[in-house]
Amino acid sequence: MENIVIIGNGIAGITAARHIRKLSNKRIIIISGETDYFFSRTALMYVYMGHMKFDHIQPYEDWFWEKNRIELVRGFVTQVNPENKQLLVDGSRAFHYDKLIIATGSKPNKFGWPGQDLHGAQGLYSKQDLDLLEVNAPNKDVCKRAVIVGGGLIGIELAEMLRSRDIPVTFLVRESSFWNGVLPEGESQMINEHIREHHIDLRLSSNLKEIVSDENGKVKSVVVAETGEEIPCDLVGLTAGVTPNIDFLQDSGIELGRGVKVNRFLETNIKDIYAIGDCAEQHQAIGNRRPIEAVWYTGRMMGETVAQTICGNRIEYKPGHWFNSAKFLDIEYQTYGWVFSNRGRKDYEEHFHWRHPEEKICITVAFHKENNQFLGINTFGIRMRHEIFDRWLTEERSLDYAMEHLIDANFDPEFYKKYESEIVAKFNSDFGKSIKSKKKNLIRIFQFN
Amino acid sequence: MSTYDRSMALTGQPPKNLSKNQKIATLIGMFGLAIMLLAAFNVSFPNKGMWLTISLSAIFAGTLWFTWDSYSQKLPGIKNDGVWFKSISSKGLWGWMAGIALTGFYIVLYFFPEYLGLVRGGENKGVIALFDPLSKALSGNPASQWFVYGSLYTVAILAFGIKFMWKYRHNRYERIRTMSVMFFQTAFAFIIPELMARLNGDKILNGGSLPYYDLKNVWPLNYYNFEGYRIKSFLSSGDIGFALLIFGILSVFVITPILTYRYGKRWYCSWVCGCGGLAETAGDSFRHLSDKTVKAWNVERWVVHSVVVFVTLMTTAVIYSYLGTDTSKYWLTKSTFLIGVAGLLTVVFAWVMLFKREQLQKDAQYGAVGYFVIIMVLLGIHFFSGDGNVFLFKSETLRKSYSFLIGSIFSGVIGTGFYPIFGNRVWCRFGCPMAAMMGFQQRLFSRFRITSNGGQCISCGNCSTYCEMGIDVRAYAQKGENIVRSSCVGCGICSAVCPRGVLKLENGPLKGRIDGNQVLLGNDVDLMQLVNQK
Repeated sequence: MENIVIIGNGIAGITAARHIRKLSNKRIIIISGETDYFFSRTALMYVYMGHMKFDHIQPYEDWFWEKNRIELVRGFVTQVNPENKQLLVDGSRAFHYDKLIIATGSKPNKFGWPGQDLHGAQGLYSKQDLDLLEVNAPNKDVCKRAVIVGGGLIGIELAEMLRSRDIPVTFLVRESSFWNGVLPEGESQMINEHIREHHIDLRLSSNLKEIVSDENGKVKSVVVAETGEEIPCDLVGLTAGVTPNIDFLQDSGIELGRGVKVNRFLETNIKDIYAIGDCAEQHQAIGNRRPIEAVWYTGRMMGETVAQTICGNRIEYKPGHWFNSAKFLDIEYQTYGWVFSNRGRKDYEEHFHWRHPEEKICITVAFHKENNQFLGINTFGIRMRHEIFDRWLTEERSLDYAMEHLIDANFDPEFYKKYESEIVAKFNSDFGKSIKSKKKNLIRIFQFN
Repeated sequence: MSTYDRSMALTGQPPKNLSKNQKIATLIGMFGLAIMLLAAFNVSFPNKGMWLTISLSAIFAGTLWFTWDSYSQKLPGIKNDGVWFKSISSKGLWGWMAGIALTGFYIVLYFFPEYLGLVRGGENKGVIALFDPLSKALSGNPASQWFVYGSLYTVAILAFGIKFMWKYRHNRYERIRTMSVMFFQTAFAFIIPELMARLNGDKILNGGSLPYYDLKNVWPLNYYNFEGYRIKSFLSSGDIGFALLIFGILSVFVITPILTYRYGKRWYCSWVCGCGGLAETAGDSFRHLSDKTVKAWNVERWVVHSVVVFVTLMTTAVIYSYLGTDTSKYWLTKSTFLIGVAGLLTVVFAWVMLFKREQLQKDAQYGAVGYFVIIMVLLGIHFFSGDGNVFLFKSETLRKSYSFLIGSIFSGVIGTGFYPIFGNRVWCRFGCPMAAMMGFQQRLFSRFRITSNGGQCISCGNCSTYCEMGIDVRAYAQKGENIVRSSCVGCGICSAVCPRGVLKLENGPLKGRIDGNQVLLGNDVDLMQLVNQK
């Protein structure tokens, strides 16, 4: 029986294990230094906020693993030895593998800021980071102010977490507007407003110069590069993105770039070693995607793909249409297809933007200037149906078709106010068109002919 | 291990502490309750009408002030901060104390109403006397322990209903649903039956008197609706009485199946029902305490369906016991009735086994066959032996044990008393035969489902945690499967708390409803086909 060893029990590794078990009878061993059981990383914030206990963010009951003959090993892999197909856990226990899947995820970026390793300076990625946060910022008396460095998804989540315990938060964002390397201008502006509504001290175009230590080696304050202002604080959240967690592979002979280099089959340069999830780096980016995609969904998709390959059905990693989602405090965000920010915008890409006059609701639709093809949509505060946009993108529908049938894609709960007529009216006036909204049609949505 | 401590203090750190306003609000509410408690211990209040008003107003005002302070300063959105830190909502000391107090109240209410001041055939005393003015104003009669209970129940649904609507003010489904629950409780459960009592003896009823009838309380939840004394009352109360009896029958066999087909059982469980109403409003703070394990699910399936069998047998026996044998007097006789029951059960059983068998798990099939055989044998034994005891027991014994075990202990003492320990839907999930019957239809023959949105699930677990019925919603959502579970009451909270917009309650075509979309969108089509191969 073949021995499959998976390093990492995150969504990528676990999905691979589950699908290998579905397809085969191979022996499966998962090694993790982080936790005994798989948990949803994206839900760590809710544990700190008291919405859930840690148990709740574990998607499978504890008996699941034994029942499915998935062996779990707790420990850090310290060395991988491809010559004799062996790896060492915690420097001592040796494991043999026939096939090895590296799914070790990421670690928070640190860019060499002075003081970045002081007590009270931390990232937010792992279970250990969460435990550390309970030490550094258990309440507003111990943590009188927190400064968060880095305006991305983890930064805004950390801000939300700390605010749930009434801890004052200063949020340093390098860009001139929140996440505007990804979001188009109007959306980014709306999120700026929303962050401030939540009483978060948002500082745009602000970089961290240094973190100042007190006499005990603990964070005392941070200095802002642009203004020289010193902000006293007890916690510094370092949330300027993540980087693949692959240091233990330095001398293994596996080809590394920023991540573990893989081809489209998720194979590394060494036979029988694969890499998936956050830590994998494509030689060449796929379509408009980045070579490293630290996203829950891509981790899951790579896990499904590599399981097929390992079980004898070698197939390429071919992600479908891009999609993603997030929640910025109270505002839900979904995206389907490609809508680029001002920075990343293609020459052929044009946008239509609509924003509700009072509420924090908006959408941006991207389309092709010349042939009017629908390219993608960002929605804030309106839920949309994944299946519909996936279908429209595959069918290469026109912008006009998408606007006409926008109601079919609405996924808001029943009785919610619908905005399609306002959206289409604005669209018509922006582009001199006379599109009429179709009525919602279940037959179209569920595709019954 | 978690590093937080679950303090019982009302002070402490946000989000688990109470603000100054919330403390005052709690005191005001407690003051209202204290008046009733004092009355229960026979402290005599001179002006009962005034003190009752003060007491109920204080409870109302306290709840609303607390609500105002909790939500008015916050932006609309999910308000679950600190739920698992607060002692009252995480089975801490306050939770246990509340549970014990509630349980105690139910025991006194059901079994020792004299401690509440009930005096049969005399002037009420204690807390029941406190409610006399209100009862007399409504029905003209003095209060009973049930009137006290009904009033408090309504106050709880109204006050906590407003709290719930404020908490979910961004969610129109929740707001409308809660208004519906508040309306049905106040109008149908509380006011209309009391006003109906004023008609008793009137010539409009031919001088008869109607039984106390909450029109929205459908058999088998209303397990006593077809008992002999009620049938007599209905039939002796003219056209109105007869119409009500017909309505009672139609609501079981026509109205319920049609609405459940169109909207799922939520039309009742989370929009109309009083038990559901209390669970959704006063019980909302405890919804996350339900047990989500597969083990609990297995217990649930056996227990709740056994209650259905029990109530069917009991009701059959009770109706049988007062029917006659002479066809010339009345077309419905003991034997036609038994044949009718057997026929109906056979039709349902045959339909499921012929057309829906593949949708039932193995143990569910065994259970269905087993229960069907048991019922048929019991019917048969009687039919061919023809003695007075149907089903080995006297109908009165069956009725009494059902009323005690299910009607009182399960639905009241455990169902509501244990809110702070087992969650707010224990009765609905493990005990309610009405919920089980509608659930059976919902699973097999209804347009309702919760759609999972393609591949957007991040397995965070908010949906499962906040499911009051203990459904592991995430288990389906993370596979991209629709959720079609018989126990789902359609409260919509899974959809509300989902941070990624994955879940939507909707009614749609039956085709493809269950295996709607067993693929996680995002991959290319070839791989999805491979993954979907079974």
